[in-house]
Amino acid sequence: MRIKSFIMLLLLVTFSFIYCGGRKTSTNISISGSDTMLELGKQWALLYEKQHKGQTIQINGGGSGVGINALIQGRIDLANASREIKPEEIKRLEKKKWKLITYKTALDGLSIYINEKNPINELSFEQLKRIYTGEITNWKQIGGKDSKIILYGRQNSSGTYAYFRDNVLLKKDYSPTVQELSGTGSIVRKVAQDIDGIGYGGKAYTMGVKVVKVKVKDSDIAYAPTDENVASGKYPLTRDLYIYTTDKVLNGKKKGDAVEKYIQWISSEEGQKIVKDVGYYPVKKTN
Amino acid sequence: MSSKRILTDKIFEYLVTIIALTAVIAVILIFVFIVKEAFPIFFDNEIRYDGKGNEIATMSKMFLPQVIDGQLDFRWQPTSDIPKFGLLVLIVGSIKVTFISIIFAAPLAISAAIYSSQFAGRVFKEIIKPAIELLAGIPSVVLGFFALIVLANWVEKVLGVKPGLNTFTAGIALGIAVIPIIFTITEDSLSSVPKSYVEASLALGANKNQTIWRVLIPAVSPGIFAGVVLGFGRAIGETMIVLMASGNAGILSADFFDPAKTMPSTIAVEMGEIATGGTHYTVLFFIGFMLFTFTFILNYIGDFVVHRFKKKLAGLR
Repeated sequence: MRIKSFIMLLLLVTFSFIYCGGRKTSTNISISGSDTMLELGKQWALLYEKQHKGQTIQINGGGSGVGINALIQGRIDLANASREIKPEEIKRLEKKKWKLITYKTALDGLSIYINEKNPINELSFEQLKRIYTGEITNWKQIGGKDSKIILYGRQNSSGTYAYFRDNVLLKKDYSPTVQELSGTGSIVRKVAQDIDGIGYGGKAYTMGVKVVKVKVKDSDIAYAPTDENVASGKYPLTRDLYIYTTDKVLNGKKKGDAVEKYIQWISSEEGQKIVKDVGYYPVKKTN
Repeated sequence: MSSKRILTDKIFEYLVTIIALTAVIAVILIFVFIVKEAFPIFFDNEIRYDGKGNEIATMSKMFLPQVIDGQLDFRWQPTSDIPKFGLLVLIVGSIKVTFISIIFAAPLAISAAIYSSQFAGRVFKEIIKPAIELLAGIPSVVLGFFALIVLANWVEKVLGVKPGLNTFTAGIALGIAVIPIIFTITEDSLSSVPKSYVEASLALGANKNQTIWRVLIPAVSPGIFAGVVLGFGRAIGETMIVLMASGNAGILSADFFDPAKTMPSTIAVEMGEIATGGTHYTVLFFIGFMLFTFTFILNYIGDFVVHRFKKKLAGLR
């Protein structure tokens, strides 16, 4: 008898779950990718969800590579990326007969962080390259005090990792001594504690660290990644923050329209204001 | 009524058998899957070479030093311009961290087991045993967080080692996770030693100290060995603690205060971004295959030793 009632209960529970599942009316947009854009994405999602009842937005980090890969595999709707998509990745999309759709959503000045007690104020690309490839290992070699440079960087699935290597290290390899952390927040936290540390990441995260001015050549004038310098392009490490999607997502019956509406909202004045609030530079002028 | 009972008994028996078999089948399927994804590394030239016919993931590229900027070096840089899959960096990193964790955990766990089984009073024993076993229940991410925030600062300030996130820190944090495994197995074996051993030794005039060192420990040495082996197996596969505490830099060195990159944490960090079936993917599965084989062998040895040891003692009783 007891077994019978147990089975009945089990069936009841199962069916009630199925019932609840069927009643879902909201659509869900899933986003993943760049850790640099994670905070920005969260702020967008929060406000958008508040304004549009029934719309849920799920956002994850992991690195630009993770997001683009998930988009190619059809697991998500939008991929955040702090680097341009690679030709190999486009090829994989083409194999599936999907077309890539690119949106530029914000401008970032990739910033170089050092500890607040570090006397260095500016660095050139050449110096940064020699620091991160392991040629320069002591701060006194570039005019600081006599102590070892502790290198912090991003994990190799990060768009920032790739951007910094391609543009500053000129595609040379990082020194193996770089400590690879997942997320810009971790780098900032570490450099804030570590007198000898140096790190890189988006300009929105700079609590408790010194942001150095950057120049391309030793003889150039160095600029800080302020809003003006990023907007005018004077800051040499200015980069676009992208959202990628495919025609398959946008033409999807269930939520194609919802995704499109969300992207339009992001480039609207309201969405771009959040870009500014989080600490990046908007692609469109806002008041 | 009775025939109905027999029927329900039978149904229940089949149900349980099926559930038990599912576990076995799952292990087999997982192994088959890993092998299927990893083995192209041995023969598929599309994976072993890049588009231009250069070797990138052949055995010699993965296990032998490579000339990088005019120097012989090992590198793990799978997403760089010329991908580098120096597996030895990860293997040595894993072994270094695990070694520290065992060196730290084994003496503590074994002494605690001796104390708890031989010296502790009943009440105290009732406190110690569950407390240590509770250590096993701490989520590894919490231990990792502890290492990241507390242990790393302590290593930097007290030992004066920079950076604070390194092999040593990760090893100590990992050791905390390993203690309960070694403790439990050692304690079990100590408790299963027949009373007659100890009584005979004491009757011959040996004191408690001598009895422990000369009689008990030799008698349970297979149990201690098994505990250490199983602890090693747990430690080498642990991902989260190591990822958070090791500094995650791919340095190949003999220095235990250098940051390290290990096999499981590399899989965890890099698996998400890569093309299914590509070189990077296959190499990560190959690492998974090595880890699986390694822990499988260790667990087998551990279980085998424990089993034989219990049998031997049971025969003596």
